[in-house]
Amino acid sequence: MSEARETLAPGEAVQRLKFYQKGTFTVGNRLVGEDERSVQASQDRSNALTCGHRACQGCGEALGARYAIDAAMRATGKDMIAVNATGCLEVFTTPYPETSWQLPWVHSLFGNAAAVATGVAAAMRVKNKRTRVVAQGGDGGTTDIGFQCLSGMFERNDDVLYICYDNEGYMNTGVQRSSATPPAARTATTPAVGDEPGNVFGTGKSVPKIAVAHNIPYVATATVADLHDLERKVTKAMSVHGARYIQINVPCPLGWGAASHDTIHLARLAVECGLYPIFEAEHGRITHVRKIRKQVPVTDYLKRQRRFAHLFKGDRPDPRVARLQAMCDANIADYGLVAGADEEV
Amino acid sequence: MVTAAEMLSVAAFLEGRHAQAFPSFGSERTGAPVVAFCRIADREIRLREPILEPDCLIVQDPTLFKAVDVFAGLKSDGYLLVNTNRSFVDLHIDQIARRLPAGHAVAVPATELALKHVGRPVPNAALLGAFAALGELVHFASVQQAIEKTFPGKIGAANVAAASEAYEIVMAQERAAAAV
Amino acid sequence: MLKQIEGSKAMAEAIALCRPEVICAYPITPQTHIVEGLGELVKDGHLTDCEYINVESEFAALSVAIGASAAGARAYTATASQGLLYMAEAVYNASGLGLPIVMTLGNRAIGAPINIWNDHSDAMSMRDAGWIQLFAETNQEAVDLHIQAFKLAEELSMPVMVCVDGFILTHAMERIDVPEQPQVDAWLPPYDPVQVLDPAEPISIGAMVGPEAFTEVRFLQHYKQTQALRLITDYARDFEKAFGRESGGLLRAYRVDDADVLVVAMGSVCGTIKDVIDEMRDEGIAIGLVTIVSYRPFPTDELRKMLAGAQDVVVVEKSIAVGVGGPLANNVDMALRNLPDAPRLHSAVAGLGGRPITKPSLHRLFRQASVQPWEGTHFLDLNERIVGREIHTTRKKRRSGPTAENLLRRLATEGDAR
Repeated sequence: MSEARETLAPGEAVQRLKFYQKGTFTVGNRLVGEDERSVQASQDRSNALTCGHRACQGCGEALGARYAIDAAMRATGKDMIAVNATGCLEVFTTPYPETSWQLPWVHSLFGNAAAVATGVAAAMRVKNKRTRVVAQGGDGGTTDIGFQCLSGMFERNDDVLYICYDNEGYMNTGVQRSSATPPAARTATTPAVGDEPGNVFGTGKSVPKIAVAHNIPYVATATVADLHDLERKVTKAMSVHGARYIQINVPCPLGWGAASHDTIHLARLAVECGLYPIFEAEHGRITHVRKIRKQVPVTDYLKRQRRFAHLFKGDRPDPRVARLQAMCDANIADYGLVAGADEEV
Repeated sequence: MVTAAEMLSVAAFLEGRHAQAFPSFGSERTGAPVVAFCRIADREIRLREPILEPDCLIVQDPTLFKAVDVFAGLKSDGYLLVNTNRSFVDLHIDQIARRLPAGHAVAVPATELALKHVGRPVPNAALLGAFAALGELVHFASVQQAIEKTFPGKIGAANVAAASEAYEIVMAQERAAAAV
Repeated sequence: MLKQIEGSKAMAEAIALCRPEVICAYPITPQTHIVEGLGELVKDGHLTDCEYINVESEFAALSVAIGASAAGARAYTATASQGLLYMAEAVYNASGLGLPIVMTLGNRAIGAPINIWNDHSDAMSMRDAGWIQLFAETNQEAVDLHIQAFKLAEELSMPVMVCVDGFILTHAMERIDVPEQPQVDAWLPPYDPVQVLDPAEPISIGAMVGPEAFTEVRFLQHYKQTQALRLITDYARDFEKAFGRESGGLLRAYRVDDADVLVVAMGSVCGTIKDVIDEMRDEGIAIGLVTIVSYRPFPTDELRKMLAGAQDVVVVEKSIAVGVGGPLANNVDMALRNLPDAPRLHSAVAGLGGRPITKPSLHRLFRQASVQPWEGTHFLDLNERIVGREIHTTRKKRRSGPTAENLLRRLATEGDAR
C-alpha cells in the first residue's frame, strides 16, 4: 500500500478516506479490523519478491507481482513454486548473480511458462507433495507466444494458477505491440504516424473471456488499483485446485508514457472508464463483477498517457476517441459494470 | 499384411530362429496397397534394406496385379502364395507360376476361409497356415502358437481353424504336385 | 526376457523399467508407437507413480519435461523430425538449465518437402544444442541405450537424446532381450537431482546471465560433455557386466584390423554395412567399419586412433548440411586433421528421406572410394538424369515452379530409369 499512500495528493486524501469508509479498502488498513487487513499489511508477509530488483519507478507489474505472490504464499503456507515466463518481471528480478525471489522460482522460456508449470505440478503430484504452483508472465508471454501452452494447461485442468501481468505490450523489448495493446495506442511497432496512427482497431482478444470459455474452475481480472481485491482473488484462486487464471492490469509508466506516480491512478481510471472490466468467473460462468462507482469518460484515462497523445493533437476531436468510448460503453453494457440505484458499490 | 509378417516372425522366433518383420513404411490408409517384409535366418539379421528379391511372395489381394508389379525380384526357385478362389489362368499369372518349380506356386482362398471361420475377411492367419505347408519353412505348430499369441481367446481359435484348413488345402496341392 | 517384439514396444517397456515419473506425449510419426506403448503401461498399471501427460505440442512436451525435471522428477519425452524443430527452443533450454531429461528421437527427415521416412536430418539440426546424442544400431541397442541414458543424464545433469532410426528400427519386429525390473533397478539408482525447486530451500533457476559469465557457463557445459566421453565408456562397460551384452559406448569397431578402407557410419545402416564388409572381406578386400554411437560428445581422439593407418575413410551418413556437405564427414575430418599420413576422406550422403540403402549400392561406393575417389559429397543412388533435367528447366525458364512437384511429375511420366 505504500505506493498508493505516497501518490496521494493532499486534496484527494479526504476523498480516499471516504472510499475506504465505504468498504473498498483502496487506501489502507488503518480503519479496518485485523482480519480484514491486506496480506501486505502483515508483518508476517513473505516478501517473496524483495526489494533490490531492477524494476522502473512506478512499475505496476512489480507491485502486482509482490501482492499476488505474497497472497499466494500466505494461502499455501509458503509451500509453493513459481514459474516465470521471459519478460520484464523475469529480467528485473533476477539480474545474475542476484535474485529477488524468496521462493523456489524457475524461468525457462518466453512461451512455455504454463507448460513448465504443468510439469512442476505433475512432479508434485507424482511425489505426493502438496506444494502448489503459480505461473506468471506478461501479456506477450501469455496472450501471444504462450497462448497455446496456456490453453493446453487450461484444457487439461492442470493444478496451476496462471497470473498474467497485463501491461498491454512488449515492454521488456522496448514497448512493441502485443495482442493486449489497446486500439490507437502508440507503440514502437505501431507508431503514431500516417492516416491511422497507433495500433489498429482489431477485434480484440480477451484472454480472460477465453479462459472462461475453457470452463476452468476460476478466472478473475484484477487491478493494482484495488490491491485488496487482488489479494482476495489470489487467495480464492489458491483455495481451489485445477487450472486458474488471473489477469492483472498493471500500468507501465515507460510503455504508456505516463508519470511514475500515476500508476495507481491510471489503473483505477482504466477500470472506472469501462475499458478494463474487473470480474470473476467460476466453471465458465461469471459470478461477480466489480461495479464502476462513477463512470469517467475514456478521455480522462487516455489524456494522461503519451501513447494516446496523438488522439488529442488536432483541432477537431479524433473520431477514434469515440470508438474507444464505444468500447467502454459496450463493456459496461456487456458486463453490467455500472451499478443500479439500489445496488451498493 | 503387417500383422501377417509380424506373426510369421513370431512363429520363426518360437522355433529359436532370428526373424525381422517390417512394414513398407508408408502413410497408407486402410485399403491402400501395403507391402510388409519378413526375413528369417539362423543367425542375427543385420541387414536393414527392404527385401528386393524375396524367396517367397505372399499376395493377399490379387487385384494388385494390375496396379503393381508384385513379381519383380521373385527368385526363379522362389515360392508364390496367392489369396484367391480363382485359378492362376483366370488371374493371368499362369505364365509366372509355371516359371517356378513344381509345387512352388499355390493358390488358397484365405479370405473365404477367414469368413467361414472368423466371420470377417481377415486372411492373414489362413495365409500363414498355407505358408507353413509351403516348403516347410516354418512348422504349422509355430504358426498356430504365433496366431494364438497375437489373438488370444476365441478369435485366436477361429483364426487357427482358418489357418489349419488352409494348411490342409495347400498340403493336398503339394501332394498332388509331387504325384505329377 | 527374449521377445519377438516391435522396436517401439520394446523401447516403451525399457523406458518404463527406468521408472520415469513424468512422461509427456505428443504424437508424430514414427515415434508414436513408443508413447502409445508407454501410455498403455501407465493406464494398465504396469508403470506406477508416473504422470502421463498428453500435451498440445512438442514445444509443450519438452517444456512440461523441463518443469518436471526442475522439480525433481525423472522426465521423459519422445519426438521426431518437425517435432524436434518445433521444440527447438526448449531443446537448448533443457541443456542450458542442466536438466537430465531423456528423449527418444525416431529419426526422420525434415521438410519441405514433407517426408515421414528415415534419415538423420532431425538429430543433426540439434547437434549443437548441448544434449548428449546416442545413435542405436539395433533395436536391442535402442533398448539398452535408454537405460544407460537415464543414468548418464542424471549423473551429469545433462539431457540425453537417444536417436533411433524411424520405421527401420521403430517399426521392425525382431528378437530383443528386454531386461527385468530388478536388473534395471539394481543398475539405475533413483534420480538424485543436483538442483531442485524445493520450498524448504528456495533457489532461482534460469536467471539471466550477461557477458560477465556466459562464456564460463558455456565452457562448463562443454567441459561436462568432455566428462561424458569418459562416463559413456564406463557406463557401457558397467552395463555389459550387469546385462551381459555390449551396447552403447562411444564407438565400435568391426573388422578394422589391417583394414585399408574404413567406413564410418551411425545407426541402423551399420548392420547392412557389416554384411557388405563380410562379403568384401570374402573377396579379399581389407575393409572395416567404425560405428559412431556417441555423436555428441563426438569421440574425436578415439576415432583418430581408430582411423590412423587406413588409406581411405568413407563416411556414409543420412544427412546433408546443405551448402557444406555431410556433417558427420566434417566431424570425421576433424579427427583426421592432425594425423601424419592421414587417410583420404570420402563423404557420401545416403538414405535421405527413407531411400533404401542397398548392399549393391554400398559395394559400388566402397570400391569406388579406393579406385576412383570423388571430390566433395557423393549422393548415393542419385537420379542424375532427373536432377539434370530439372536444372536445365530452371535455367531455361524463370517461373519453373515447385521443384519437388516437378520431379514427381517427371518420375510419373518418364519412370525411374536410372
